[in-house]
Amino acid sequence: MNPTSAVIAQKRDRWASGVTPYAEMGYFNADYEPKDTDILAAFRITPQPGVDAIEAAAAVAGESSTATWTVVWTDRLTAHETYQAKAYDVSPVPGREGEYIAKIAYDLDLFEEGSIANLTSSIIGNVFGFKALKALRLEDMRIPPHYVKTFQGPPHGIVMEREYLDKFGRPLLGATVKPKLGLSAKNYGRVVYEALRGGLDFTKDDENINSQPFMRWRDRYLYSIEGVNRAMAQAGEIKGHYMNVTAATMEEMYERAEFAKELGSVIIMMDLTVGYTAMQSMSKWARRNGLILHLHRAGHGTYTRQKNHGVSFRVIAKWCRLLGVDHLHAGTVVGKLEGDPAMIKGYYDTLRLNYVPENLENGIFFDQDWASLPAVMPVASGGIHAGQMHQLLRYLGEDVILQFGGGTIGHPMGIAAGATANRVAVEAMIQARNEGRDYYMEGPDILAKAAKGCPELNAALQVWKDVTFDFQSTDTPDYVVTPTIA
Amino acid sequence: MRVTQGTFSFLPDLTDDQIAAQIRYALEHGWAMSVEHTDDPHPRSPYWDMWGTPLFDLPVEQTDVVLREVRACREAHPGEYIKLIAYDSSKGRQTTALSFIVHRPAHEPGFRLDRTESHDRVQRYALHPYAADAPHGSRYRQNGTAA
Repeated sequence: MNPTSAVIAQKRDRWASGVTPYAEMGYFNADYEPKDTDILAAFRITPQPGVDAIEAAAAVAGESSTATWTVVWTDRLTAHETYQAKAYDVSPVPGREGEYIAKIAYDLDLFEEGSIANLTSSIIGNVFGFKALKALRLEDMRIPPHYVKTFQGPPHGIVMEREYLDKFGRPLLGATVKPKLGLSAKNYGRVVYEALRGGLDFTKDDENINSQPFMRWRDRYLYSIEGVNRAMAQAGEIKGHYMNVTAATMEEMYERAEFAKELGSVIIMMDLTVGYTAMQSMSKWARRNGLILHLHRAGHGTYTRQKNHGVSFRVIAKWCRLLGVDHLHAGTVVGKLEGDPAMIKGYYDTLRLNYVPENLENGIFFDQDWASLPAVMPVASGGIHAGQMHQLLRYLGEDVILQFGGGTIGHPMGIAAGATANRVAVEAMIQARNEGRDYYMEGPDILAKAAKGCPELNAALQVWKDVTFDFQSTDTPDYVVTPTIA
Repeated sequence: MRVTQGTFSFLPDLTDDQIAAQIRYALEHGWAMSVEHTDDPHPRSPYWDMWGTPLFDLPVEQTDVVLREVRACREAHPGEYIKLIAYDSSKGRQTTALSFIVHRPAHEPGFRLDRTESHDRVQRYALHPYAADAPHGSRYRQNGTAA
């Protein structure tokens, strides 16, 4: 705590016309004890040179709740002390000169029930362009059960999805059809068919495959569902293809979703780019119509990756669990995309647990009680392959969808062989783990042994054995030094 | 064909020792265990016939109790699919934790994909287990053909 006496000391009339420091107007209150019903936010603030940290925190509290830049007498027509947010703790970030974590409490009455659009318009609506700050990042939020209970969350959740698919005790497996763009509908459906008959549970449209000149959505759905059904008949198990319903308007999204339902698809998907209101609408549609809802976090890297500015992905994950998706991409640790292991653990906990305790090492600033809101299945996708199965199981656990796009379709013996390699690898690793073996250390041996009876796995291990993505993560925890793993 | 439902269907059929190791894992977690069998392996058929009621509260040392039930079920229903289920009753879960096939018919004829032409290139699909042409109780006979 670093209260600048200069600001606090110059007490003046709260209601005098003109510009009064935010801290003085009540937007900073070190004595405030957050109520159980308050929504709490942890912001990383980087004040401009010469701007006091407490005043900056108070400004964030002010601009994300009731304040404007000058005193207004109309505040006096309200119970303004209830409605103004209060920064109640401002602490420097260890090892990061000029950065502070400001914790801010918001009264429950500031937010419309069950509306992520409203929540985000308040919390991140205006403040991120504030001149007095060099940078601002929303690190975490505590959503109290009182607000959680105004949402229904995932249309199905992990438990219902597993019962629906009749798949238990292992990660689910998927693949994104590649190349992402350019395939005709018939060729596209071929990839779906081959990957599913080879042993995957799901195939997936990529985020940017919507309805382009080379393949319109309706044709893609028709050929994909053909692939799904043929593969199901060969395997005797339930399979699905995430049909991307992302479109320019809500009306078109509903039209595509309705057609997916008519075809008997078990699942649809959408992209984060459609926005919170559209996602929440699709969530309700998916619950009403019994389709699993997958969310691709397209675009999130533009605001989640830099540690001093934007919105942490753990906050996006919280909003998405509230608004209600069944699947959400949340990182791989070992693959090609950004992902510090400790941070990713924080995202996975946020999506899967019913109670997530504060844990600064994982970037979790508050206890979060989900009040029995169903859990979201995290999805790991991007540069992963069968040879990493022991690492994937160790870092990501069992309730996860492992998506091997290139790691299926790029297999030297063909797409179905790539799928078989992944399925055999995951089953062998689960078997070994359950038998009590140290599967993480013995992983390569376990895979090598399984590959003796499975030429498809053997080929996968040979071709991808040296592939790793060993780069320093950008978004890392500040509270413990954790090396990024290879 | 090979029905690939369950956690371990892409591995060679588990030996009884390997099954016992999985049972031990389940009992270590405090999960209840049950055996179910069916001659209707349609993937959307959730209710297989229960082989008795689930075994609750078994200590880890009693893996053989579960294995004995698996063997008894195999003897009674050699021509059916049998799966072993571990059930997690903890709050927030309350569902199956692990489920894998421990016995299958000698011959698996698989599924026919029925298709019906509908409007505007839409097709209606249905999975039909070949074995389901025979009445319940007379499917998957020893010679591999349905009675």
